[in-house]
Amino acid sequence: MPPVIEVRDLHKRYDDKIAVDDVSLTVQEGEIFGILGPNGAGKTTTVECVEGLRVPDRGEIRVLGLDPLRDRAELTRRLGVQLQAGHLPERLQVAEALELYGSFYPEPADWRALLDGLGLADKAKTRYAKLSGGQKQRLSIALALIGNPRVAILDELTTGLDPRARRDTWDLIEGVRSRGVTIVLVTHFMEEAERLCDRLALIDAGRVVMVDTPAGLTERARIEQRIQFRPSRPMDDHLLTSLPDVSGVTRRGESVIVNGNDNALNAVTTVLARNQIVAEQLRVEQASLEDAFVQLTGKRLEPGPR
Amino acid sequence: MSALHTAERGSATWRLIKAESTLCVRDKVAPLWGIGFPLVLLIILGSVSDLRQPVEGSGGLTYFDLYVPVLILFNLAILATTSLPTTLAGYRENGVLRRMRTTPVGPARVLAGQLVANFAIAVVAMVLFVAVAGLGFGVDLPKHLPGFALAWLLAAAALLAIGLLVAALAPGRGPATAIGTVLFFPMMFFAGLWIPISQMHPLLRDIAHYTPLGAGMGAFQDAYLGHFPSAVPLLTLTAYAVVCAFVAIRRFRWE
Repeated sequence: MPPVIEVRDLHKRYDDKIAVDDVSLTVQEGEIFGILGPNGAGKTTTVECVEGLRVPDRGEIRVLGLDPLRDRAELTRRLGVQLQAGHLPERLQVAEALELYGSFYPEPADWRALLDGLGLADKAKTRYAKLSGGQKQRLSIALALIGNPRVAILDELTTGLDPRARRDTWDLIEGVRSRGVTIVLVTHFMEEAERLCDRLALIDAGRVVMVDTPAGLTERARIEQRIQFRPSRPMDDHLLTSLPDVSGVTRRGESVIVNGNDNALNAVTTVLARNQIVAEQLRVEQASLEDAFVQLTGKRLEPGPR
Repeated sequence: MSALHTAERGSATWRLIKAESTLCVRDKVAPLWGIGFPLVLLIILGSVSDLRQPVEGSGGLTYFDLYVPVLILFNLAILATTSLPTTLAGYRENGVLRRMRTTPVGPARVLAGQLVANFAIAVVAMVLFVAVAGLGFGVDLPKHLPGFALAWLLAAAALLAIGLLVAALAPGRGPATAIGTVLFFPMMFFAGLWIPISQMHPLLRDIAHYTPLGAGMGAFQDAYLGHFPSAVPLLTLTAYAVVCAFVAIRRFRWE
C-alpha cells in the first residue's frame, strides 16, 4: 500500500536561516505519526510544506498521491489542518464557524457530535473572542475534523489545555483514528507522543534524527534502569557492585540506588534473596521518551506546554 | 460531479456572504457610522429651514438637496475607509485568511464576501437616505434615475476598491485604521460636506472634480438636475475603481 504522506529530501530556508535542512519521512495509512522535537527544529515548517502553505526550496512531497502545491484544490478537500496560530473572526459564534466551515467540504462531519466530543457543547452560541485559550484550541481541532478528512495534521494539539481536557482530546483523537483517519501530530509534549503515536520522527536542527516507535526510541537510546530500595538490614555495597549487570551503586540516606542494564533488576533481587535481605519500598524507574530524547539529541525539550 | 461541486461552492460562497454580513452588522461600525450617523444628520439638516435656500451655481438645488448625495457618499466613505480595510487587515493579522487557505474555499472568497456585505449595506443606506429625504422632507428623486444608479454604482466600486487598496497596503489592523481615518476627512471635504463644491475656491473646486467623492458628487448633481452624468466624473470614478482594484489585487498578501 502506498504511503499516505511521503516527504523526500525536503529543504526550506528563510532568508539566512535554514528551517528545514533535510527531512524525509513516510506516513502509513491509519497510523498516528508523531513529529517530535524542540522549538525551532523545523517541525512546523515541515508540516506547512506538506499542507501546501509554504513552497519548499527543494524536495518532493506527496499527500494521498497529490502534490500539495499543484493539486491544492483536491488536497484541501481531503486534508484537515489545525494550525498552531489559526484564528477566526472575533464576533463569529462557535456553531456559526462550524456550520460555515462544514459548508466548504463535500461530506462534512456532524458538528454537534464534534462539539460534544470536545466538551464545547454549551459554547455553541459563544463568540470566538469570548472563548478561553483552551476552548479556542478545542474549536480549532473541531475545524480540522469538520470536513471528515482522510488525513489530519494537528500542530501542537493540546498546548494550552488543562490535564483533564488534554486526556479528553487524546480520547477523541484515538476515536478519529479508529475510523481510519491518518493523523500527523506535531508535538513537543512527551506524554502525548508516548500515549498516542504509533511511530515518531525525532527532528532536531532541521534534520530527522530517527524514526521509530516510542518504545523503540527509548530502547535505542540505551538508557540504564534505575533501581531504588531500602534494605531490611545493613548490607555491603560490594554485594551489588560485583554483579556484571550493575554499573554503579550509590546511597541516599537509608536508600540504595542501583544503576544497570535491563537485567540488573533480576540480578539484584536474586543476590538480595540469597542474602535474606528484603528490598523495602522497591522502585524501578523506566527510561522515558524524554530521557531518550535527551540522550539522542543532547538537548532538552521545553518543559512541556503551559 | 462537477455540477455537484459547483452547487457546493455556491452554497459555501452564499454562507460566507451571510457570515460576513452578520459580522459587519455585529462590528457596529458600518451600521452606526455608515448608516445611523448620516441618517440622524439628514433628519437634523432637513429640519433647518435656512438650508432650503437655493445654492448659487447649483442649478436651483438647495443646500439640503445637496446634502442628500453628500450623505450617500459619506456612507460609502465610512465603509471604504473604516469598515472594510480594518476588517480585512485584522483578518490577515489574526490568521483568519491563513486558516482559510487550508480549506477548499480559499481566502479570496472571504474578500469577496466582505465586499458583497459592504455593498449590501451601502445599497440599504442609499435607498434609506433617498426615501427619508423624499418622504420626510419633500426632496425629489434624482430626475435622471438610470444616470443616478450608474453614478452610484461607479462611486461604490471606486470607494470599495480604495478600501481594498488600504487593506492591501497596510501592514496591520492599526495602520489600516490610521490610513483610513487620514483619507476620510479630505475625501469628505472634497465631497462638499462642509462647503458645497460650487462655493469652493476655484483651485479647490478643480481638485475636487478629480477626487473620488468630488467626482461622485458631480455625477450625482447632474442626475438630480435631470441629465445623464457627464463623462469626466464617470471616467474619474472608473479610473479610481480600476487602478485601485488592480494595485490592491497585485499587492494583497494573505499572511
